[in-house]
Amino acid sequence: MHDIRPDFPILSRSSRNRPLVYLDNGATTQKPTAVVDAIAKYYRQHNANVHRAAHELAEEATSMMEAARDGTRRFINAQAREEIVFTRGTTESINLVANVLADRVQPGQDIVISELEHHSNIVPWQLLAQRRGANIRAIAITDAGDLDLAHAAELITDNTAILAVSHISNGLGSVNPVGTLIDMAKKVNALTLIDGAQAVLHERIDVAALDCDFYVFSAHKMFGPTGIGILYGKLDLLNALPPWQGGGEMIERVSIKTSTYQAAPFRFEAGTPNIAGAVGLGAALEYLEPLPLADLVTQEESLVAETLIELEKIQGFRLIGRPKQRSSVISFLLEGAHPNDVGTLLDQQGIAVRAGHHCNMPLMDRLEIPGTVRASFSLYNNEADAEALIEGVAKATTFL
Amino acid sequence: MALTLDIQELKATFDFLDDWEERYRFIIDLGKEIRPLEDSQKTEANLIRGCQSQVWLTYTQQDEQLVFLLDSDAHIVRGLIAVVLIAINGKTADDIVALDIEGLFAELDLLAHLSLTRGNGLRAMILKIKQVAATLASVS
Ligand SMILES: Cc1ncc(COP(=O)(O)O)c(C=O)c1O
Repeated sequence: MHDIRPDFPILSRSSRNRPLVYLDNGATTQKPTAVVDAIAKYYRQHNANVHRAAHELAEEATSMMEAARDGTRRFINAQAREEIVFTRGTTESINLVANVLADRVQPGQDIVISELEHHSNIVPWQLLAQRRGANIRAIAITDAGDLDLAHAAELITDNTAILAVSHISNGLGSVNPVGTLIDMAKKVNALTLIDGAQAVLHERIDVAALDCDFYVFSAHKMFGPTGIGILYGKLDLLNALPPWQGGGEMIERVSIKTSTYQAAPFRFEAGTPNIAGAVGLGAALEYLEPLPLADLVTQEESLVAETLIELEKIQGFRLIGRPKQRSSVISFLLEGAHPNDVGTLLDQQGIAVRAGHHCNMPLMDRLEIPGTVRASFSLYNNEADAEALIEGVAKATTFL
Repeated sequence: MALTLDIQELKATFDFLDDWEERYRFIIDLGKEIRPLEDSQKTEANLIRGCQSQVWLTYTQQDEQLVFLLDSDAHIVRGLIAVVLIAINGKTADDIVALDIEGLFAELDLLAHLSLTRGNGLRAMILKIKQVAATLASVS
């Protein structure tokens, strides 16, 4: 068994005078020493603005940032480095796309999302739909928490402008059949965006195989720093789209009346970018590259499955969502308790989980619950974490 | 209100309980003693915003006495509501305005519940109680 736990210094701290049990990886993952050190080293030794000055430091900073772009391209199997646009995160990536696609959405057309989506993959489309007089349609889920493909087939029609769905649900952990959905959308010439925020460490991401138009994710959910995210877009499409934000770095030539723009990715990267963030992302990718990721994911999946078996033996435990394929998330309720009660009782035992609606209000409405308690695993979680969770939940039930 | 403890007894009990388990069991039990609101009182207008769990607040005024009625759908929040109710019980509007509820939570080692993430609904509730008291205090 490959153990990456020692690479993450924060995991040996305590919380509430107990050993920390970190099971809130769906919110953000912890960072390995390699990433923390790379960011500090960047500021200590290389800091400069990128793509501008003619000096050695700027050259170094630029090549470090651009190395992260190359690493990202390899990580998701994009064809060209220019297809990788750096943003602040998944949320900004989706907002960027929703803004630059405005002219491609006609009044009365449909934007198809799903009931499972994170607010980040709902609200930007609502804003676009309001601006353009378009409609939002949501693919229904089954009671088990899977996307209803028959309903998807009804919704994805010649009238669909965009299909935007998540690869993995953050609320339930359902792995969605994005390949099938992308194929449906392509048959009707709709554009496709996949929200991969929860997928990056749990699925092998291959944008070439998926053949989606856009794929978006955040570095902080894959051992990288906060404040940097990725928008992958097909190169021809990116270069045919207008810029979103204007400013430095994204222009080719500016006069008082008009400007011409750089090609992708710089067209979409106005202003000084998050250079240290990109360096941290690069370090995270470098850290991941030699790891036996497939084995680690298998290990994680069996840990989640075993944990679930034990949790279900606890009186009053109610699992929320039984998707056909589950990623690293266990969402649940305890009979007679509000999710926040459970979150507090676990926190008192040093167990970090999330309680609430997880930015999934439409999903919670659909399931007619106020929220859930969500334990979300990552590649460094181990048996001890699982046991602590099981004991912690059992203890919590004695309070209620 | 069925709460029988006064604030001194509450503090003494907290002092006496020495681990988190006993404290939280006590808080949850306290919550069971507050009079639940009728469904008809759990209106949108009485709901306090900014809370992950739901908190409802309404009040009546009998002579000089302000009586707050509060409820929540979460056990621990109901318990914390009970703490607040004990603190303001029998107090005039002027006293409530002057009351240091944050100080009390600090003393009881419950300040984390007033933090910006989790307890902001509770914070909003305390603010609302103070506002209500302030309008009445300035009148009298
Ligand atoms: C499925 C999904 N989409 C979008 C987001 C938003 O990501 P970020 O907050 O990094 O922009 C998240 C993060 O919680 C998520 O889980």
